[in-house]
Amino acid sequence: MAGILIDRIRKTFGAATALSEISLEIADGEFLALLGPSGCGKTTLLRIIAGLETQTSGRVVIGDRDVSALPPKDRGLAMVFQNYAVFPHMTVFENVAFGLRMQKVDEATIKREVERAAALLHIEPYLERYPAKLSGGQRQRVAVARALAVRPAVLLMDEPLSNLDALLRLEMRSELKGVLQQSGTTTIYVTHDQTEAMGLADRIAVMHGGVIEQIGAPQMIYERPATKFVGGFVGSPPMNFIRMPVEAGRAALDGFAAHCPGSGRDILCGIRPEDMRLAPGGDGLAFRVMVAEPLGSTLLLTGKVQDQLIRVAARPDTGLKAGDTITLEPETRRIVWLDPETGRALGA
Amino acid sequence: MQVFLQVEGVWKAALNSVIVAGLCMLFSVLLGAPAGYALARFSFRGQTAYRLLIVLTRAFPLAILALPLTVNFIRVGLYDTTLGVALVHTALAFPFAALVSSSLFMGIPRELEEAAWVFGCSRFQAFMKVVLPLALPGLAATAIFAFVISWNEVFAAAVLSVRERTLTAYLLTVLSESPLHFRFAGGFLLIVPSVLFIFAVRKYLFAMWGISNR
Repeated sequence: MAGILIDRIRKTFGAATALSEISLEIADGEFLALLGPSGCGKTTLLRIIAGLETQTSGRVVIGDRDVSALPPKDRGLAMVFQNYAVFPHMTVFENVAFGLRMQKVDEATIKREVERAAALLHIEPYLERYPAKLSGGQRQRVAVARALAVRPAVLLMDEPLSNLDALLRLEMRSELKGVLQQSGTTTIYVTHDQTEAMGLADRIAVMHGGVIEQIGAPQMIYERPATKFVGGFVGSPPMNFIRMPVEAGRAALDGFAAHCPGSGRDILCGIRPEDMRLAPGGDGLAFRVMVAEPLGSTLLLTGKVQDQLIRVAARPDTGLKAGDTITLEPETRRIVWLDPETGRALGA
Repeated sequence: MQVFLQVEGVWKAALNSVIVAGLCMLFSVLLGAPAGYALARFSFRGQTAYRLLIVLTRAFPLAILALPLTVNFIRVGLYDTTLGVALVHTALAFPFAALVSSSLFMGIPRELEEAAWVFGCSRFQAFMKVVLPLALPGLAATAIFAFVISWNEVFAAAVLSVRERTLTAYLLTVLSESPLHFRFAGGFLLIVPSVLFIFAVRKYLFAMWGISNR
């Protein structure tokens, strides 16, 4: 068990900057998700922590040890790869035992540890099989078991669930959470799937363009995004951003008005699709429905407020359809006000 | 056939052929596999040029090289030895070995190696424990091809040896003045190993393609 300190890590590939001065502290036993779209640098950061990539500058400290210059094998960590990277020429048992064998642990301990890890991930029946005979989900379990068998101080996971089908992903996600809570391993989990990050992590670091946009508890990230990017990336459907003119500290559009921070002439009103009430006849935003998508638990409405496209999650029994015009009342205390120029949250 | 085998020099020539082909196989794999690994895993300056250079070694007709080679071999003392012939054959088989093994190594996912590093292997250990076992069938096929290339080669073997002839070179000199049945026997003996090797190789070839397709 160990905490991790990432100290001003920078990485450039030729002229391109992949990571610009990332600093991050992860507590012992914490589960941190690195969340971001492809190409945001999250996998690069993970590979630098693992030692598979060399940083241009900065330090990585695991526990109390500066591991910046050490090869992967001396960093005391384990990793689960996106495509599992289970060794095809070894049985499942040998795969799980691989890390222990490299540490020259005695045979009895190996057997015990492999069985423990196998039991944790329910792969005991396959121990003597070769990976080619396993399904994707089973291979994934083998990869996780291999990582847990060495009782690593730090566990790194690089989109471990993205190659699984939707149902299996859901199942593995809850299972993974249980297993990792039980083992109490410090974990860094890279993903582009915000539901995975929300569901699994103690804290989420949202990355974009090589910088961390926001770091915090999942609910905090969801409710109080620090930037427009975070609001738009986390949550499905994403947050709406409605541009409103400001007069004397009040933002107003149609029949809606609310106090807002900042001093600009315009402001962005960030509001989640589920945080808008339909208010027939009341004061609010006039919303023209363009598309109505029944999603089972909600009715997703896409339409326009003046000329701005927004989405609203309504109750499925409202019976709204394309072409209807309704009045929306945003819940004022759930609004996040953002500067339209910088995209950063104001006040808060 | 019996008569053929009893003719003086046949056995010795066949043995020479085996030695030369064996050495050629060994050298080609020992030199070709690391070259192939380097081409597959590392990007370095002049990589394409290096790749081209490897193929270029096959571009010079042996007939042009034969005379200077002979002169040099006499000077170094390699002339008329099995080692000398094996070295020339290695030069012929090396490009093949390097290029085939490079595509072989390219077919082995990098993540497997990285996983090995993370779980406690040095680069060399990872190569020995993970990459090599996976590449082995393909490497075996490469080796056997090198063997066959050497076994079938006539020109260099004929020019570079006098007494220590390989079977092909020996037959070349003897055949023109021998009766028909003797020629057939010689021809048969020549194709036997090739046929055997093709059969042996067949399985490995599929294994090799299996890896690169994964």
